[in-house]
Amino acid sequence: MIEFKNVDFGYSDRLILCDISFKVAKNESVAIMGPSGSGKSTILRLLLGLECPHRGTITIDGMNICQMKEREKREIRKTMGMVFQNGALFDSLTVGENVGYYLIEHSDLEYAEISARVHEMIGFVGLNADEIIDKLPDELSGGMQRRVAIARALLSTNPKVMMYDEPTTGLDPESTKNILQLMQKLKKEREVSSLMVTHQIADAVSIADKFIVISGGEIAYDGKLDGLIRSKDERVVTFLTPFIESLAEVNREQFTSD
Amino acid sequence: MAFFGRPFYWSETLEQMYMIGIGSLYLIVLTGIFAGQGFALAFSVELADFGAKNYLGRIMAISIIRELGPVLAGLMIAARVAAGITAEIGAMKSTDQIDAMVAFGIDPIRKLVVPRLLALIIMVPALTILCDAIAIFGGYIIAVFIAHITATTYWSAVKERLIFGNLFIGIFKPIVFSFVIGFISTYFGFSSEGGTKGVGRATTSSVVVTSITILVVNFFITKVVFSLLKGWL
Repeated sequence: MIEFKNVDFGYSDRLILCDISFKVAKNESVAIMGPSGSGKSTILRLLLGLECPHRGTITIDGMNICQMKEREKREIRKTMGMVFQNGALFDSLTVGENVGYYLIEHSDLEYAEISARVHEMIGFVGLNADEIIDKLPDELSGGMQRRVAIARALLSTNPKVMMYDEPTTGLDPESTKNILQLMQKLKKEREVSSLMVTHQIADAVSIADKFIVISGGEIAYDGKLDGLIRSKDERVVTFLTPFIESLAEVNREQFTSD
Repeated sequence: MAFFGRPFYWSETLEQMYMIGIGSLYLIVLTGIFAGQGFALAFSVELADFGAKNYLGRIMAISIIRELGPVLAGLMIAARVAAGITAEIGAMKSTDQIDAMVAFGIDPIRKLVVPRLLALIIMVPALTILCDAIAIFGGYIIAVFIAHITATTYWSAVKERLIFGNLFIGIFKPIVFSFVIGFISTYFGFSSEGGTKGVGRATTSSVVVTSITILVVNFFITKVVFSLLKGWL
């Protein structure tokens, strides 16, 4: 469904991504991991068509996003949901207006219908719509903002692909757990493919079917969890070393649940 | 023009018209009254030396309508509105709100630039006309109470210079200034980088560049229009 093929990308003379190739199948969840500044978020920006690669192709259902006109890109973006790193909620709009933003902009639905859908979606992400719908994003906690951002992405596009950019960064353990549960719920109930950019390996393990490790702008690993843990690649080992305890815990939990 | 094509954001345009127009009203009133009075005061003394203080109304009409009104209103609106537009768009950019907009299939140029530009094209000339009227009224207060010119003499001298050429320049300049303010402020907003510090830098640059551009453009318009409308002035 999604394919990156030999993609190079950089800013001015600095190469950020070098020869990136991977595939994301339908309904597959992929975690893109790596140290800060390794170019993880850039992959999502490229997939959204916000940037164009210097070399290589990015195809979505066989269509090359790099060769599309802006109008065509706008159409394909309607099939993708993006949750930005800090939510990127429109701070001058209320929670309700944020969640219903896409419908207000792109549909001819009546206000009552949009309002009903917004209430339903805020409920879906585990928040009380009546309590928060008229609040501004600044009045919510970080975890609540992230959930509102997910609600906005879902109601916006009824997406085939969900992209999460560091969805749990900066959140307390309780909020992190809630966000991960919500992502799991989405995976089960909505059957969407998802790409999650993170440097929290425990989060990635709880969501992803496939793991990609980016190091120095190159793919150091692309495969399943057991292969990741057994990888002898120096770049992967360096990245995983600080997370040994988390991985051991994940392994114990998997063993117990098996 | 595709720039102004569908979807057109009417509510955003009206909101911007309100923010630019009503929001700048106090600034324009204060600028007009004090600039007009100061100008009239300085000229009334000079003209009195030549026994020509009855011409104060003419000088006020010409200088305010052609030059002082458009430039002062333009600079005041640039300081207030250009800073606001750049800071708002810059903050949206630094918090990924512009990217979020694009991700939802919305063209940020149509959503953010076009309504602001259109609001400026309508409101800057309107505010300039108001600034002109108040400045000329400020001149009237000085003329009557300090220079001791009769009201009839002042107003008939003003009326004499309310001719097509002067009025055309007085309307044409603010229309051009509205494009200057709109394009420069949105450009700096969209191109701001480096978080809150970057937004601050972009806002300062936006106001400086807009103000300088208004002064430079004003000179060239005066120069060109003077040669083109020679018979009308």
